[in-house]
Amino acid sequence: MNWLKKNRKFIIIPLIYLLVHVLNQAKILNNYILQVLMLIGINLIMVESLNVLTGMTGQTSLGQAGFMAVGAYVSAIVTSILIPAKNFSSAALISFKIGKIGFQITSIPQNLIFLLGTLAGGVVAAIFGYIIGTPSLKLKGDYLAIVTLGFGEVIRQIIRVTPIVGKSFGMVGIPKLANFFWIYFFAMLTIFICRNFMDSSYGRACMAIRDNEIAADTIGINTARYKVIAFVYSAFIAGISGSMFAHTMVYLHPDTFAYTKSTDYVIYLYAGGVGSISGSILGAAALTALPEILRQISNWRLVIYGLLLVLIILFRPTGLFGGREFSFLGLKTGGIKIFHFSDLWSWIGKKKSVEEAGK
Amino acid sequence: MARFLQLLVFGLQLGSIYALLAIGYTMVFGIIRMINMMHGDFLMIGSYAVYFAVSLLFGNQLIGPAAALLVLMISGTVTGSIGVGIERFAYRPLRSRAPISSMISAIGVGLFVENLFRIIPFIGPNPRTAPKLMADKIITVGGVDLNIVSIVVILFSLVIMGILYYVIQNTKIGMQMRAVACDKDASALMGSNVDNVVSATFFIGAGLAAISGAFYANRYPVLTVTMGATLGNKAFISAVVGGIGDIRGAVLGGFIMGIVEILVSSVLPDLAYGISFIVLVIILLFKPEGLLGKPQIEKV
Repeated sequence: MNWLKKNRKFIIIPLIYLLVHVLNQAKILNNYILQVLMLIGINLIMVESLNVLTGMTGQTSLGQAGFMAVGAYVSAIVTSILIPAKNFSSAALISFKIGKIGFQITSIPQNLIFLLGTLAGGVVAAIFGYIIGTPSLKLKGDYLAIVTLGFGEVIRQIIRVTPIVGKSFGMVGIPKLANFFWIYFFAMLTIFICRNFMDSSYGRACMAIRDNEIAADTIGINTARYKVIAFVYSAFIAGISGSMFAHTMVYLHPDTFAYTKSTDYVIYLYAGGVGSISGSILGAAALTALPEILRQISNWRLVIYGLLLVLIILFRPTGLFGGREFSFLGLKTGGIKIFHFSDLWSWIGKKKSVEEAGK
Repeated sequence: MARFLQLLVFGLQLGSIYALLAIGYTMVFGIIRMINMMHGDFLMIGSYAVYFAVSLLFGNQLIGPAAALLVLMISGTVTGSIGVGIERFAYRPLRSRAPISSMISAIGVGLFVENLFRIIPFIGPNPRTAPKLMADKIITVGGVDLNIVSIVVILFSLVIMGILYYVIQNTKIGMQMRAVACDKDASALMGSNVDNVVSATFFIGAGLAAISGAFYANRYPVLTVTMGATLGNKAFISAVVGGIGDIRGAVLGGFIMGIVEILVSSVLPDLAYGISFIVLVIILLFKPEGLLGKPQIEKV
């Protein structure tokens, strides 16, 4: 019982999934909302990946969509060309009903192929991360941002001339293997491993590099090594997100991964909070949902985005949640304000009492 | 050979467009160490300013050289003023912070400007056909067909660059610019008004981008609100390749990128877009300070 009290997350996380599933089956959440939730998951993984590189290590990347593209295309090649998933039966293995709520476990071979494709996408993206990270050690700040932008565009250019992925016409015939379960699973896994990374000596070394590279060097941190580690790690996560994207959208076009997509993720990260896992979660969720909420004024969406970004940078340079974390992540690293939900109530209460005192 | 010369002239024409745009990047970077990611949007604003100036003042008929010069000056002034305004509100408050925050701010301003233009009804999302400032006229020199517009664009750009170089080397404001680029605090102590110098830099940079936009629209007469983004990236690459912070570097880089792009795309059309990024990555990996740049030593 004590163990359960300490590890409430092992109950709460599956419960949230069950809640969404049940609501979807009960037709309260329609498929459109489910699709938005899936997109939030995909973007969340991407923003976490950018957070490891930009937020924790301080290496600005404007080419994150390039890693995502590598993951997406490689996993799509695995699942639709190397081991075509459509050759295996897609019949559900087990399906049962509790009341009116149906549950099913989809075909195992297809899921295995999907996981294999995701892993391949992640690994190849990580190799690209190594290829890009190693020569980029010479550069910093703005120059690094431009080189990563250049690499992202070069990756897109390579895709545009590769016949196997349909050149500039786009890639079709990708099986729809990703579902809410897998995206939720990988999003939670990403949050978990990013949290552990932040709490580990690796994460602390990376944060030391971000805060002052020369000082980190002089106290014996191998800055080159940790920067490459951050690049590879971040690229791997981005590749996994790309695989989710490919198997949700079923169609890939090189222009999807243009540098505007990379800047979108930078916006999510900066809006949520640089270097904060909670901030990345909030930024990804809020800014993915925002355009869907603003459907009626969709033309204004990007105007509001741009204005929001400038205002956030002007008034909250580390993002809305920068330097703070939710208490449920249980981080032990120092220098971070832990945000308890109970604080919210006391904060509201305090504000009221201040107002009353003013009267 | 004739074809090669013809392509070379096209390359020089495109190169002068890139060079004019790259000068803005390099001047801003030289003075406040910031990459103005939305500089390409000044080109877009400038070409729309040309469009509106021509259609309001002259209707749709072809205009003479004097009127074309007037239109260029109007467009340059309007865009320059917008540039000064953007610097005042979006970049000046961030000047003391890390350079990366002004870069993010610039991305935000770029998104804002492009999409604001998209939803303003009389600018609108649909592409517009730019007015011709000068009629095409083909002359043949020694078996090579040359468009007179290309020659005029190249010569005019060179004249503008010459004037700019004179201004920076010999006038008071130019001297202040060089002083601020060298050491901001010391030049403030010596009596330069840093804010005014930065505003002047933005005015010149945005004005040159507007002229470059007019030339570009004359060559490829389709105006869209996103035309600046790609061109801006390529011009920035030109600035980096030549050595950012140095105006001669920006001109050299611009001409190199223009010629390389035209020559490569005549052989391998698929690579037309990516080639500039490939050149950038190669240059930065082997000579990060650019062709004319001097390596910087980091002081603790």
